[in-house]
Parts: sequence; C-alpha cells; structure tokens
Amino acid sequence: MSNCGSSIRFTINGRQCVVQTPPMKRLLDVLREDLHLTGTKEGCGEGECGSCSVRMNGELVNSCLVPVLQAEGATIQTVEGLAVDGRLHPLQQAFLHRGGAQCGICTPGMLMAGAQLLSINPHPTMGEIREGLAGNLCRCTGFMRIFESVMAAAAQDYAPSTARAADAR
Amino acid sequence: MSTSDTTRIVGAPVHRKEGVDKLLGRARYVDDMEREGMRHGTTVRSTIPRGFIRSIAFDRRIDWTEFTVVTAADIPGKNHIQLIFADQPCLADGAVNHCDEAIVLLAHPDKHKLREAAAAVKIEYEPLPAIFTIEESEQQGVIVRGTDNLIKSFLLEKGDVDSAWANAAHIVGGEYRTGAQEHLYIENNGMIAEWSAAEGVTVWGSLQCPFYVHKSLLAVFDLPEDKVRVIQTETGGAFGGKEDFPSILAAHAGLLAMKSGRPIKMVYDRMEDLAATTKRHPSRIRHRTALDKDGKLLAMDIDVATDGGAYSTLSSTVLSRATLHSPGPYVCPNVRVRSHSWATNTVPYGAFRGFGAPQAIFAVERHMDEVAAEIGMDPIELRRRNFLHGGDTTATEQVMREPVILERLLDRALGESDYYARRSRFARDNPSSAVKRGMGIAAFYHGSGFTGSGERYLNSLAGVDVTLEGKVRVLVSSTEFGQGTNTILAQIAAEAIGVDYDDVVMAPADTGIVPNSGPTVASRTSMVVGRLIERAGAQLVAMLREQDGLGEHFTREEFFAACERHRAAQGEVRSLCRYEAPANIFWDDRKYRGEAYPAYAWSIHVAQVAVDTVTYSAEVENFWAVQEVGRVLNPVLAGGQIEGGVAQGIGYALYEKVVLQNGHMANNQMTNYIMPTAEDVPPIHVFFEEIPFQHGAYGAKGIGELPHDGPAPAILNAIRDATGVGFCAIPLLPEDLFAKLAAPETVAEGAAL
Repeated sequence: MSNCGSSIRFTINGRQCVVQTPPMKRLLDVLREDLHLTGTKEGCGEGECGSCSVRMNGELVNSCLVPVLQAEGATIQTVEGLAVDGRLHPLQQAFLHRGGAQCGICTPGMLMAGAQLLSINPHPTMGEIREGLAGNLCRCTGFMRIFESVMAAAAQDYAPSTARAADAR
Repeated sequence: MSTSDTTRIVGAPVHRKEGVDKLLGRARYVDDMEREGMRHGTTVRSTIPRGFIRSIAFDRRIDWTEFTVVTAADIPGKNHIQLIFADQPCLADGAVNHCDEAIVLLAHPDKHKLREAAAAVKIEYEPLPAIFTIEESEQQGVIVRGTDNLIKSFLLEKGDVDSAWANAAHIVGGEYRTGAQEHLYIENNGMIAEWSAAEGVTVWGSLQCPFYVHKSLLAVFDLPEDKVRVIQTETGGAFGGKEDFPSILAAHAGLLAMKSGRPIKMVYDRMEDLAATTKRHPSRIRHRTALDKDGKLLAMDIDVATDGGAYSTLSSTVLSRATLHSPGPYVCPNVRVRSHSWATNTVPYGAFRGFGAPQAIFAVERHMDEVAAEIGMDPIELRRRNFLHGGDTTATEQVMREPVILERLLDRALGESDYYARRSRFARDNPSSAVKRGMGIAAFYHGSGFTGSGERYLNSLAGVDVTLEGKVRVLVSSTEFGQGTNTILAQIAAEAIGVDYDDVVMAPADTGIVPNSGPTVASRTSMVVGRLIERAGAQLVAMLREQDGLGEHFTREEFFAACERHRAAQGEVRSLCRYEAPANIFWDDRKYRGEAYPAYAWSIHVAQVAVDTVTYSAEVENFWAVQEVGRVLNPVLAGGQIEGGVAQGIGYALYEKVVLQNGHMANNQMTNYIMPTAEDVPPIHVFFEEIPFQHGAYGAKGIGELPHDGPAPAILNAIRDATGVGFCAIPLLPEDLFAKLAAPETVAEGAAL
C-alpha cells in the first residue's frame, strides 16, 4: 500500500512537508501515522464528534473526512501547532485555569474549533461560542467550562471566576 | 482531620496534574502508542442473538498464512472473564448468547486488511429462540440462563408493608421505565498486548480498574500473579464503560500476542464499540405508596426489575445499588423492595455512572410528583414533609449519624432558581403560548463507596514514596479518566505531608508498580483512597520525625533532606496504609439491613423545560444543581464533575436511545445515537454546601456519580408542570411527546393543550 502512493505537499504547523501516500488516505491517518502528530484524535470516523478537527486554509475541517489529496498545497494547523516556543496559546492557558479539559480526548479538536472561532470573531458572545463549538462533542464537562475557557481566552483573563470559586467553597 | 479553614492546597483550584500534556496534544492514549513489530487485531462476532455454532470456515480467497487466527481452543487457561461470577466466555465456544459476541480473533501487520478478512470468516449457526425484554425473561417461556432466567434478586423489608394499606388515606401506584444508555466516552475501547514466555502477558490500555483486568488475565492465561502486568494509558473518558469491558479486550489482545509472538494493538472503531460493549441497564420499576391524610408516607412497596443482558457482569451489584436507592431520601416506617435482574439475549449491560441509582431515582422522584398530583399537594411540600433528617433511619434501618441538610439544599435550590416566581410566570403565560414552560425538581442521595461490606472485602492498600529525583509519588491503582484522580490525590498528599502541589507526582497506574487501592468506581476515590493517602502522608511525616530528625515545623527542603537520610539508612522512603472500616458499621448481606453506605452525598436538582407543541421537542432551558458532597477538594474539578454529570443526565432523559433490532444495536453510530451538543446544554448553575465527613479525605465524600441521578426525573417533572401530562419512561423523544400530547381530539380541534 505504501509503495503505490502519490507525493502530497503541504504546510503543517508552519513547516513544509511532503508525504508519499495513497491519495485517498484520510488526512487524520496521514497526520497520525505518517507525521506522528498523534494529538489529533479519532472519535467516530464519520465527522460527528469533531475530535479530529484541524484548521486547513483558514477553515475548520474534520480530518477524518478529508482525503489527503485535498490537502495538496494547503496550510494546516493541528493542536501541536498552537503553543509557540513552549508558551501556551491563550486558549490552552484558559482551558488549564478554567477546567476546560477533563479526560482530554476532545480537547485538541475543541482547541482547534476555539482557535478558528477566535480567529474570525475575537470577542464572541456565548451564543456564538455555542455555535462555534457545536461540531465538537465533549462527554465529560457538560461544556460549561469550555465555553468559559473560550470567553476567558478572548479576554485573556485566565483565573477561575471568583463567583464560581466562591460558590464552590 | 484538618478543617477546611486550615488547608493550603486542599480546597484550592490547582491545575489538573496532567492538564498541560492534554492541552499540548502530547498525552499518550493507547491508540497513540506503537510497539516494535506491532500487529493489529480484530474480532469476528456473532450475527445472531442465540444459537449453537455449527461450523467456522475460512474463505480460500484470503491467504490465511499472513494472519494470526485465535479461537476458544487457543485459550491456555479458563475460557471465562473473571468478575463477580465467571459465566461470560472470553471467546464463544460452541454457542452464542447475544449478537456481537466474540468468536474468532484475527491479527495482521496491515490493519487495512482486517476488515475483508473478518468478513471472510463464515460461521454457521443453529439458531435458538432469543428474548430481549424484561417481560419475556420473567415470563420464562424461553429459558436462556439457568432454570429461571434470573441473574440476581434481593428482598429489603422494613416494618410491615402489608398492614399499612388499611389505614392509608391515599394509595398511589405507578410504573416507570428507563432505557439503555451508552457511555459514549469519546475515546473508544483499546488495548495493546505483548506476550513472552519469560515475562508472561503485559497489556497497556484504556481502562478504569487495572487489578480487575489483572485478575481476569490470570484465569485466561493460567499464569501466576507476577506474570501478568496491566498498565493504564491516558484514558479518554470511561463513566463505568471501562470498568468491566477492558478485561475482555485485554484477554483478546493477549491471546493474539501469545499466538503471533508479536505485540498486538486492538482499538475499536465507534461502530464496534457501540455494538459490542456494555451499556446502562434498562429498568422497569413499580411503586405502590400509602400516605396518611397529611401526606406523610406510611408504606412504600417497590418492585425493581432490570435487564441484565446475556451474562452477569456487574448486574448483581447494579441491582443492589438500585434497590438501596429506590425508596429515595425519605422517612417511611414500612418499606419493601423486591428486585430482580433478568437475563436476555442482548450484549451484557454493565457499569455506568450511577450504577442502578439513576434508574431507581428516576422512578421514585417521578412517582413523588404523581403522588403529589393525586393527593392535591405541592410536590415541594410533599417532599419536605417526608425528608430524612439526622437521626432518622433509612429503609435498611441505617441511622443517619451524619447531618442531613435536605431542607437547606432545597431552600437554596428554590432560591437560586427563583422557582416559585418562574413557575407562576409560566402558568400565566402557557395558555397563550405554543411553547409550554415548566419547573421540576428531584431530591436524592447517592451512597459513597462500595455497598455494605464491600470496602472491607476490597481491603485497599495505598500510599506514597519519595523518588530519587526528590518527588513525593502517590502509589495507587486508582486511575485518571477525566474525573480528576491525579489532581485530587496529589493535593491530598501535598497537604498531608506539607510540601507543594508541584512536589507531588503520580506513579503510573501499573500493576507492576502500585499496590491495589481498589477499583476506580463507586464514587470512592476521593473519600476512601484519598483518606488512605492522607493517612499515609501523616504516617510518613511521623516516621521521619521519629527516625530521621525531622522537626515539628519544617520546610520542604528539610522534608526532602530527611527523606534522603531515611533512604540512606533504610534503602527506600515509603509509607503505605490499608483501609480501616469506621467503627459501628454493620451490614447484614442476607437481610439487607444495616449501614448500606459509609456516607451519602445529597442533592437537589431543578430543571426549567420548554415543550414546543408544534415540533414536540422538549428543551432544558436552565438547570440548577445544589449538593452536599462533604468537603470540596478542588472547586474547578468538582464543578466540572457536576456539570458533566448533569449534561449526561439530560441526554439520558431526552436524547439517547439504544435501538435494538433482533438484539443488535441498530443505531451504532454517532450520527443516530444522539448526545447533547454545545447547542443543547442549558446553563448549569452549580452550588455546594459543605459539611466535612469525618472519615473521608479532608472531609470529602463521593461526588462523581451523584449528578447523573437527578436530571431525568427533574426534567420529566418539569414537563409534567408544563403540559399537565406525566411521562413515565425515558428516553422521552419528540415522537413520545407527540403520541401523548397530540391526542386525537386536541388535534381535531387544532388547539394546543
């Protein structure tokens, strides 16, 4: 299988790369198997859960639904490309402080959906956040702290809200 | 025990221990791992619900020499999965008892070749009649298990129910049903196994209970304890779905590894995971309740039936918890609970967050609203008149020794939700609106830890050691799967010892390294295992003071210096503690009487629901959860537990339906098994009242399962408030609402309700 591939070129997390691969191989599998970028997860394989979300040419895509040939010449960002020089991205900061990640399996996709939303709408309303994350399923958090994390990242105000902390004590 | 005012780290919103790894995408889940020379495995499953296997043929179009093939004949030890009972085969041998039962295992270096090969294994069956419902099983027209289809039964009796009916002012009956529910962890089940003659079997996988898997592998491989090693990988959600099932997958991967001599990876895709793994037990619960003229409970006669599926798995203990939660948080002098778990020819039902309690609480809390309507009393007032208080006895005659603050929780919930004002506003607005709004509540407890004598039998061992790198290391088999084990136990260790949170690390959940601190289930980790870590930390400090010159007050530098003196003298720095049952705990397993749980968490849920009488969809618009879970160890994590449980409970009530066709899950895709999305969950308002529990770590009780218990009854009670119609079964989908709300006469008149 590996010797009947095409050469596909794209930019991944700011780096040029070429992969020899069957052209219909899922982008998700190319990321995980060929490039060893295992931060992108598979949850359903049919575009329902969003765990495999990556940003491609400024759009959020489910990488399980993208044949890699469509990535020819594309610019792709995965979760591994969010932190710069070891500094967490504002969304990562916010998720860490606000409890936006629990089991962590939806987190890479959720972060990419959040990054996509903030790139086109730097100060979203709660309704816009819900809509922006509607393609990404989380089974642990009930979404509340994910919404709060995206809000916090937009405001770059990371500490857990005092109201909640007070409620909890 | 320290009090909440004096702790530095316990009670603080410290960051999740493994949080940065998860956020950077570098946390290693099982499918992210490779082993040298690894092959991929798959499973050939039964396509009929019950019958004899007549032949297994391998299509000649496949070159089978490339494949490793395993059947039941390859099992070196016992062909069963050891759990409570040993009735479930590792691989079907001669007969199948449910669809999607594993029969043949295949492995190949190229995972893309497995699908075609699996389809080329032709199995011929002689079908037998199969049953799929509680009713078919209890009627015993077809016997599929033992002589009577019964997996387990319990009888709980307090007072004399039969004599109570004559004196009752009101007698109200009802029947309530709950469906199966899929865990829908976003990471499917997965396992990697290696085998060698020298080392035995080693598995890495997504799992909750390393020592459950360990025990099961000992039997399948007929190996001594030191030749089986189980290592948990980062686990992407579990909710009980990785309590019992991983024992099967570990055995399968191990068998392929043994036969091929290669590492084997088996990771299910979503369709296989949905079709073949456990779900929440469906239930049918009947209540008959006697009350006096003031609405005080005189008698509760409760009949609990669950569908256990084809093998027993954990059905007996799920039934036990359902039995013990079925009377609700009320005082009643006469209680009888008769409960039965029945075998059918479906995939075995197993552990799922709440473990029988969500079914039981759905029934009793829905029933309380029906009772209130029947006797003409406000449902809040009916509950208030019958709440348990400190000093009262439960249905098992357990005396409530700890404070019970249901009224305080209720008042807070009513206040925070502005319950009465909203309710009257909706009552005023509903007649002129196609969207009917309503408010509903549920009051409930969840028993923390194992039932009855369970914690004594577990006899858990846990502790800490100090590494050569100068870190305190927590030694537990308790696992992290999102709920916060790593963080909570590290907080407790740091607090108990007097070092910083960053000074504490978790040992890998590896049976070759950590002691058996019991399974990570039953809302026991914070309370029971946390307490062991608190004690082990204090014991370590006392030892260092006694033997190594550590002062009464010390800095973290002085602590680690004393540890090194201890290591130089003794070789290691290690402190382990074993579980000790609190005094005065008595449980009679035969009569089902006594201290059912060491502690209870208490909660009031309030739901605001809108029912659209044009589309017949029901939407939860707002949700309030007020609870007392003892001390809150980490407010961010605790809030996340409640919110996540509520969202899962909303799915249980309104969205999630497992559709079986001839015993096979027909909607085994995320496309048509629907869970709540970011657009479906309402704002969830979470409030804690804290009463430290003296036997829990820094006052903690259980929290993880509690929030799944209340949403379904609160939501259906709100729908009753909105529409005047009491629905008694979940999931409650638009078509179910339509069937009852759009009665022919109202449709004919073109009017809403």
